[in-house]
Amino acid sequence: MKDAFGAPQSLLVLGGTSEIALATARRLIALRTRRVWLAGRPSPALESAAAELRGRGADVRTVDFDALDSASHEVVLGKVFAEGDIDVVLMAFGVLGDQARDEEEPMAAVRVAQTNYTGAVSAGLVCAGALQAQGHGSLVVLSSVAGERARRADFIYGSSKAGLDAFAQGLGDALQGTGVQVMVVRPGFVRTRATAGRPEQPLATGPEEVAAAIVTGLRRRSETVWVPGSLRVVMAALRHVPRPLFRRLPV
Amino acid sequence: MSVDTVSLSGWGRTAPTTAVRFRPRTHEEAAAAVRGRGPRGVIARGLGRSPGDAAQNAGGSVLDLTGLARIGGVDASGALHCDAGVSLERLLRVLLPLGWLPPVVPGTGRVTVGGAIASDLPGLDHRRSGSFARHVSALELLTADGEVRTVLPGTALFDATAGGLGLTGVILGATLRLRRVPTALMSVSTERAEDLDDLLARFTAGGDRLPYASAWIDLTARGRATGRGILTRGEHATPDMRPAHAGRTLLSPRSGGARGRFRLPGCPPVPGGLFGPAPAALYNEVRYRGAPRARTGELRPVGAFFHAADAYPDANLLYGRGGLVRYRFTVGYGQEETLHRVVRRIAGRRGPAVRAVLQRFGAADPGGLSFAAPGWSLALDLPAALPGLARFLDDVDEEVAAAGGRVCLAKDSRMRPEAAAAMYPGLAGFQELRARLDPTEAFRSDLSRRLGL
Repeated sequence: MKDAFGAPQSLLVLGGTSEIALATARRLIALRTRRVWLAGRPSPALESAAAELRGRGADVRTVDFDALDSASHEVVLGKVFAEGDIDVVLMAFGVLGDQARDEEEPMAAVRVAQTNYTGAVSAGLVCAGALQAQGHGSLVVLSSVAGERARRADFIYGSSKAGLDAFAQGLGDALQGTGVQVMVVRPGFVRTRATAGRPEQPLATGPEEVAAAIVTGLRRRSETVWVPGSLRVVMAALRHVPRPLFRRLPV
Repeated sequence: MSVDTVSLSGWGRTAPTTAVRFRPRTHEEAAAAVRGRGPRGVIARGLGRSPGDAAQNAGGSVLDLTGLARIGGVDASGALHCDAGVSLERLLRVLLPLGWLPPVVPGTGRVTVGGAIASDLPGLDHRRSGSFARHVSALELLTADGEVRTVLPGTALFDATAGGLGLTGVILGATLRLRRVPTALMSVSTERAEDLDDLLARFTAGGDRLPYASAWIDLTARGRATGRGILTRGEHATPDMRPAHAGRTLLSPRSGGARGRFRLPGCPPVPGGLFGPAPAALYNEVRYRGAPRARTGELRPVGAFFHAADAYPDANLLYGRGGLVRYRFTVGYGQEETLHRVVRRIAGRRGPAVRAVLQRFGAADPGGLSFAAPGWSLALDLPAALPGLARFLDDVDEEVAAAGGRVCLAKDSRMRPEAAAAMYPGLAGFQELRARLDPTEAFRSDLSRRLGL
């Protein structure tokens, strides 16, 4: 159960090697979290992440989960929920893709869309159903500021996140009053392994800042979290910039 | 029986969860709801005044017992049978004109008889009377098999149910031993204390001549005034204390304080940020300066004396959207240094603590998870949105546990499971009894899940 400050006792991470997710897990373990499930494709990275969290005093288990294999989600996640209540589900899987290559190879672009959007839809619905049955819990969806307005530089990734964002918002409204909270997190540019080597953009943050914002959002039972918070204002303005002008902006 | 699906939270408005709410009107309907429970169990709920998550059951069933509210007749010895859903406020209103009082009157009247037993609430005269369940001569308990059992004091089940947070079954009714009172007035003495040492000294000095005693502490005062407060003590007024102009009949409901007489009009919720440290400090300053330095023999209606906190009915809304956290702990006599340290630390944090009540407890109650233990008890409310409050209260937990004290489970919304196990040595026996009587864990609450009770 979550306590009065929104600190969960159990956490399920979908995308168990995500740096943002692991930073969040470390913060939550420092508060109240004792049981952690890391779901992801079996890899040494997943096992070492689990070992690291175990060292912090949590009971960590890993589970095979492939975002692209939507058909398996119900079975895989059903087993996790059957083991006990999950207070917070953190959907952190996703791929950035490579815009230039993806434009050349449609199948690579489809893979980005399937991971970020289709996979999230099936996993999100399965988790939402399970959370609804237990009458409490939070579903934290890592969206992106890229989904807020399509940019020339990353519209394939951006469009998949736009779909995910709309899905999560609608799901949150659908679950209103069921005790389940859906929190959409929209970080800007985050310095991680995946973005290493890419040109850094204004208002860039690190995984720790995003994790801190997620923990605060859980405490406040927020519906939307921007990281950094100033992006809310920036994007509110950028959203309305006319396209001919937006195209020419150096973002 | 009406059934609906609702989102429920405690009075603190933190951590809401959703459950199916049943509102039984008879014992049979309650038994049917317990028998037809789902896999996530069932818990009883009264008026929802517990600040934490004791009366909610995520994804399961919640039995709202406020519909079971019949009051039986009082016999010559002062025994009264009533349903569990009767509020103490109503009981007071009904009994006072007859010259009776519920045996223990806690700080709020908006609590049901069932809730008072399940939390084993201590009154202002705990040193004399103990907690609520000590005055229950029998109770009707609906157990997991759907049967209603009569449970008598002295049995293991009774001791587990008293203060058992509703986890042993649903209390449907109880027989209470009432207290005879000469009038519906209290003779109240009020004194101001300059700091915590002064307050504790005054508390102890009067002896137990005035049995009802509690103090308000100004937790925003710092420096030399840290822990200053107002000590209020009272006894039941005898007929000769009554002033000439007082009511025509001594025990009339009017002098007993009819509902609505002390109520201020409800105030719309204030955004959390507005009720910050500065307004709280100002309020406390005015309250402290406004109290008499020393006054004795002031007559107050019983309701106004015991339930002064109910004058402002929706005080929980003042704490903003994040809700409030109530923290109540007790430390033994001889551990005053811990009390000092905790008060200094809270004052140093400049939190907007307006409600803070200091009490003195007598001998521990027989209930396995009963809160009261000999020593000092401090209860305070803080807004949950206060930055760093979670860690701060964890630190205070450790300090209290190190001093051999305990934190009240019925009010809790944030404790660590390990801390609860360390503070309540009776927990192991309680769990063992529960495992024996109710192996399927039919009775469960968010609190029991969170703390592993």
